[in-house]
Amino acid sequence: MNTFRLGGVHPQENKLASENAIELFPLQQKAVVFVSQHLGAPSTPVVQKGDRVKTGQLLAKAEAFICANTHSPYTGVITKIDVATDFNGYKKPAFYIDVEEDEWCEDIDTSEDIVQDIKLSSQEIIERIKDRGIVGLGGAAFPTHVKYMVPEDKHVDYVIINAAECEPYLTSDNRLLLEHTEEVLIGVEIMKKALNINKAKIGIETNKPKAINALKTIINKYPGTEVVALKTKYPQGAEKQLIYALTKREVPSGKLPIEVGCVVNNVGTAFAIYQAVQKNRPLIDNILTFTGKAVENNRNLLVRVGTSIQSIIDYCGGLPENTGKVINGGPMMGKAMMDLSAPTTKTTSSILVMTEAEASRKKTTNCLRCGKCVSACPMGLEPIQISLLAKQERWEEAEKECAMDCIECGSCLFTCPAGQPLLDIIRVAKSKIGALRRARSKK
Amino acid sequence: MALLKVSGSPHVQSKDTTQSIMWSVVIALIPALLVGVYFFGFRVLAVTAVSVAACILFEWLIQKFLLKGEQTISDGSAVITGMLLAFNLPSNIPFYIVIIGALVAIGIGKMTFGGLGKNPFNPALVGRVFLFLSFPTNVAMSEWPTAKTVDALTGPTPLSLIKNGQTPELMDTLIGATGGSFGEVSAIAIILGGLFMLLRKVITWHIPISFIASSWLFAGILYLAGITVDPTTHILAGGLMLGAIFMATDMATSPITKTGQIIFGVGCGLLTIIFRCFGPMPEGVSFAILIMNALTPLINKMCKPKRFGY
Repeated sequence: MNTFRLGGVHPQENKLASENAIELFPLQQKAVVFVSQHLGAPSTPVVQKGDRVKTGQLLAKAEAFICANTHSPYTGVITKIDVATDFNGYKKPAFYIDVEEDEWCEDIDTSEDIVQDIKLSSQEIIERIKDRGIVGLGGAAFPTHVKYMVPEDKHVDYVIINAAECEPYLTSDNRLLLEHTEEVLIGVEIMKKALNINKAKIGIETNKPKAINALKTIINKYPGTEVVALKTKYPQGAEKQLIYALTKREVPSGKLPIEVGCVVNNVGTAFAIYQAVQKNRPLIDNILTFTGKAVENNRNLLVRVGTSIQSIIDYCGGLPENTGKVINGGPMMGKAMMDLSAPTTKTTSSILVMTEAEASRKKTTNCLRCGKCVSACPMGLEPIQISLLAKQERWEEAEKECAMDCIECGSCLFTCPAGQPLLDIIRVAKSKIGALRRARSKK
Repeated sequence: MALLKVSGSPHVQSKDTTQSIMWSVVIALIPALLVGVYFFGFRVLAVTAVSVAACILFEWLIQKFLLKGEQTISDGSAVITGMLLAFNLPSNIPFYIVIIGALVAIGIGKMTFGGLGKNPFNPALVGRVFLFLSFPTNVAMSEWPTAKTVDALTGPTPLSLIKNGQTPELMDTLIGATGGSFGEVSAIAIILGGLFMLLRKVITWHIPISFIASSWLFAGILYLAGITVDPTTHILAGGLMLGAIFMATDMATSPITKTGQIIFGVGCGLLTIIFRCFGPMPEGVSFAILIMNALTPLINKMCKPKRFGY
């Protein structure tokens, strides 16, 4: 069984919504769309207050290299361009839209027909991906087209598709693979064409047998693409771990996957690429899992960008009485939301509701030096050592202990029997070391 | 609705806690205790109870009046120290000696350094070695099981037989029908406890196996050279099994990485056999483990895990 080499943990899977088909979330009266919804330079608005925009129309343009376009998820009038609070509590500029109807731009194919033939050339594909505002849907929201603009001195062997969905609770990738198998695979073909290569590997954990089966039944139509079942073990879907599991190649410290000849994208991104290239559809919605142990109906919803989290919660019957925490993303790497009135973005993958009991951490006691954090670290680090150094503000030494290689998967904190806040402290160390490095490079 | 909690990820944690680990070790020690009671009678229980109670009391007192921190006695580690200390003693030992041992184990071995996890040496071994050096006649002269000998209540242990070049009955050392400290006589009961801890993932195989295997190997070499008895007797006799499975595996005082643990185990094995064959005393397990405890920080420094991407 393919898997990564070092560490890893096995949290309870809790894939409660895995059997529930994707439902269309009803369109809302008001939408708040952040100008920038990606990692990188901010986008520049191209519409103004009072403008009437159609669904799929460009709202903000990418002018830097690592930047992405933003499109309108609704038809309506821009009432203002002002700051809005995201669910982390940060204030960012956003378009406020009063929704009128749902009239799509004419050049977008909104039909359900599956388009097989890829007519665009490699260069045109990359242009289209950029134009349609596609970002990585694995969580980082990195502008996708950048990954396909391979530097001249680099060589790509594989497109790697991340379908591991190793986070507990999340089921949107699983549903996508089951309900849009063909489209995802065409998306992979497009990626291969964009890179002028013929090999792709789809890594998927064995806890999704139906999705594996769905892929395998039609995979013969797509020569060069391989479906690889991976051991169900967290963090199987972490980029470097996934590359290792599929190719046995080790991305060097501080480098990108391209260094070992791989371009990695999530299945959600493959689907978005299909829609962008074959249908000219911009990224204006995404599949979101509404889930939690105390939630009555766990469901998968197709939600337009800019929908308030609260309205989704209300639609799903409200929060249970004993709610302690609401998380965007999985329980291992997701972010706890602090403002539920915030709107969704291109990468809002879930609303995970945790009960008060689940939301409380275990009591912190003395470190036992049991070494479980060291055994669990998929990067071969010593979380306890970094944490000890950080507590004494010995940042340089923490840097020598490879603190910057930490991928923040949370396996150390998960596994620690003494309840030590390892990752919390390592995050502080990373930001301090980052500041030190910036100061050094200035000299 | 109440306010939502916000924290960094991860938002879930494993079920293991310090307590669950410690109580697993306590459960793992029970077979050896029962065998002790079977062969040596109910005073075994009394010695164990006194030792455990004294350890808990001393930890409580030191925490309350000296460290003034949060009480930690419920984590179960004082119970383990108490049991292990008792297991290293003969059942006919006077209670006051047990209590002194508990004070040294908990007071000097553990709380001086700040409590659980911060101690460089295994507390039970610190207590044992203190008693061994302070009350040599009471500690070293073990009784024989009442079931086996009717008239002689005390006699030579298998190790003192080895020291004199004699070989004890192999089967007896395996089940525990032999002289010695009551908790260490039965290899089978100790191995049973070890398997339970392996199953509960409280320990890994690295330290016990490398300890036992290297002892066997070094004793074997010396056996072929005509210096000592056969190696199998060595690993079954005395405190080697108890030491390898319960004492050397103490998390706080053994190396973190698997490579480090193997070096640690081999070091323990080598030193044990050297002490047994060339030292003045029949037993060497306690000293071997304590010396390796002292080397643990160094081993941790030498044996870094293999980093990903380097």
